[in-house]
Amino acid sequence: MRDELYGEILLDHYRYPRHFGALPNPSVRVEGKNPLCGDEFLIDLNMEGEVVREIRFSGRGCAISMASASMMTELVTGKSVPEVKEWIDRFRNFLRDGGAPPEGVDMGDLQALAGVAHLPVRVKCAILAWTTLEEGINQCKNGLSPAALQGPARDSGV
Amino acid sequence: MSLMDTVIKADRAMSKAEKLREDFPILKTTVRGKPLVYLDNAATSQRPSQVLAAYCFFCQSHNANVHRGIHSLGEQATDRYEAARRKVATFIGAPSEKTVVFTRGTTESINLVAYGYARKFLKPGDAVMLTQMEHHANLVPWQIVATTMGASLRFWPMTPEGTLDMSAASDLLQPPVKIVALTHVSNVLGTINPVQEIARRAHAIGAKVLVDGAQAVPHMRVNVADIGCDFYAFSGHKMCGPTGIGALWGREELLEEMDPFMTGGEMIREVWLDHATWNELPYKFEPGTPPIAEAVSMGAAVDYLNHIGMDWIQEHDRQLVTHAMNQLLAEDGVKIFGPQDGRGALVSFNVEGVHPHDLATLLDRDGIAVRAGHHCAQPLMRWLGVPATVRASFYIYNLPEEIDQLLEGIRRAKEVFAYAR
Repeated sequence: MRDELYGEILLDHYRYPRHFGALPNPSVRVEGKNPLCGDEFLIDLNMEGEVVREIRFSGRGCAISMASASMMTELVTGKSVPEVKEWIDRFRNFLRDGGAPPEGVDMGDLQALAGVAHLPVRVKCAILAWTTLEEGINQCKNGLSPAALQGPARDSGV
Repeated sequence: MSLMDTVIKADRAMSKAEKLREDFPILKTTVRGKPLVYLDNAATSQRPSQVLAAYCFFCQSHNANVHRGIHSLGEQATDRYEAARRKVATFIGAPSEKTVVFTRGTTESINLVAYGYARKFLKPGDAVMLTQMEHHANLVPWQIVATTMGASLRFWPMTPEGTLDMSAASDLLQPPVKIVALTHVSNVLGTINPVQEIARRAHAIGAKVLVDGAQAVPHMRVNVADIGCDFYAFSGHKMCGPTGIGALWGREELLEEMDPFMTGGEMIREVWLDHATWNELPYKFEPGTPPIAEAVSMGAAVDYLNHIGMDWIQEHDRQLVTHAMNQLLAEDGVKIFGPQDGRGALVSFNVEGVHPHDLATLLDRDGIAVRAGHHCAQPLMRWLGVPATVRASFYIYNLPEEIDQLLEGIRRAKEVFAYAR
């Protein structure tokens, strides 16, 4: 049976999460929790200067939070800190704006999470990995501007 | 009773529920184009027209502050407020209406005892005994008070099924336990605790007993005198009443000894610049302007439930929960939490491979409202070894067909999640 929210792409990421696991010697390890849901993630980053060289995530969560985390790891691998921050903002706005992609931007697999934007109570599931990553890159001082260091980390919501 | 008698009895009971549905305007609403199937009654119940009308009527005809003015309207408002207190007192078998304190709900009632009683009488080295199945409302206040007073907490052991282990508790229910605080009916497991026996055993060692009755009072005949406890806390909004109103029943001599938890107007007798004396019971514990229309409506909810009959409600709930248990037990991949028999009107469960929140979202798309999460019982979730559960909870207007719809929804969710396999 097909469901408009729980589509093929979302369920594929849920069942076969990409970059799932831990890094042996991460430059940053950060934990994100949503005590309301019982969702918890651990995100490991290996930074090379300003660039996310490797990312792994582990933990447990609902289909939406797992799929979102998995998609995020695919997207940010090889991206610079400013680019990652741009995507974090973009994804927040995407959820806030009812799942409409910004003009001229291909959201890729993330488009599969558009339906979540209409479910306010589930938005926090989709955003958990992203706020955790945000905290991680804020912790990693390499190449970060002072302004970015002051930015909000967890529970910033959408 | 023959099988036929049982069937006829069940039939008659159900047609009454169908009739009761007419009293609840919200049950006619649709969710995402589907008729609402409301199975989240343990969180809050719906309100019948009779209760809504009582609220409206009070506001339109009798609204004034209570226990203050000399004017007629003030007198009418006070009469109705106090009449509601009498109804609530009678409903739970309270020996006297002055032993019933109106609060904002169960949480405030428990806090009133924790701050007003325990903070006055607990001594360093004393212990408070709780269970692992408590709602945060009957756990966190005790953590705070125990820490402040240098007392400790201990927890009644549970059987694997999720009932209190009555024999294993003997070593723990001993001095210096001064307070035992426990739920009457678990909001997650559905377990109905033997509060009468526990009160007896606690009193044998000189401990006081508080019972959290939030999930009991709406569903069963509760008589605080029969239970023999010292405090009993419950809410209006789970028993067809409004939010923002609840009650604490306490033994008169204990309420007399207790300090007020909040202070201000109404709860005083005389005030000087540097000190004050307290009003008589129960006003000592009702500072400020109380939720008057809400209290009056809670009285109307009591009238409504009495009219239906608590025996009928208990039997109706039992039939619904039995139907739900039978269906869920027979369903592949469904794990039920809590005891098989002797449970309140709710079932917590999980479906293999489907996170509780995903299941709740999918059920919502079928118009079915269930609760998914930790149910304000995080320590119990840890004990169960799950991050969250789905909970279906029933009340007077629910029908067996709605449980069948829940099962269909669960099957659809299983299909959705098997799709990518």
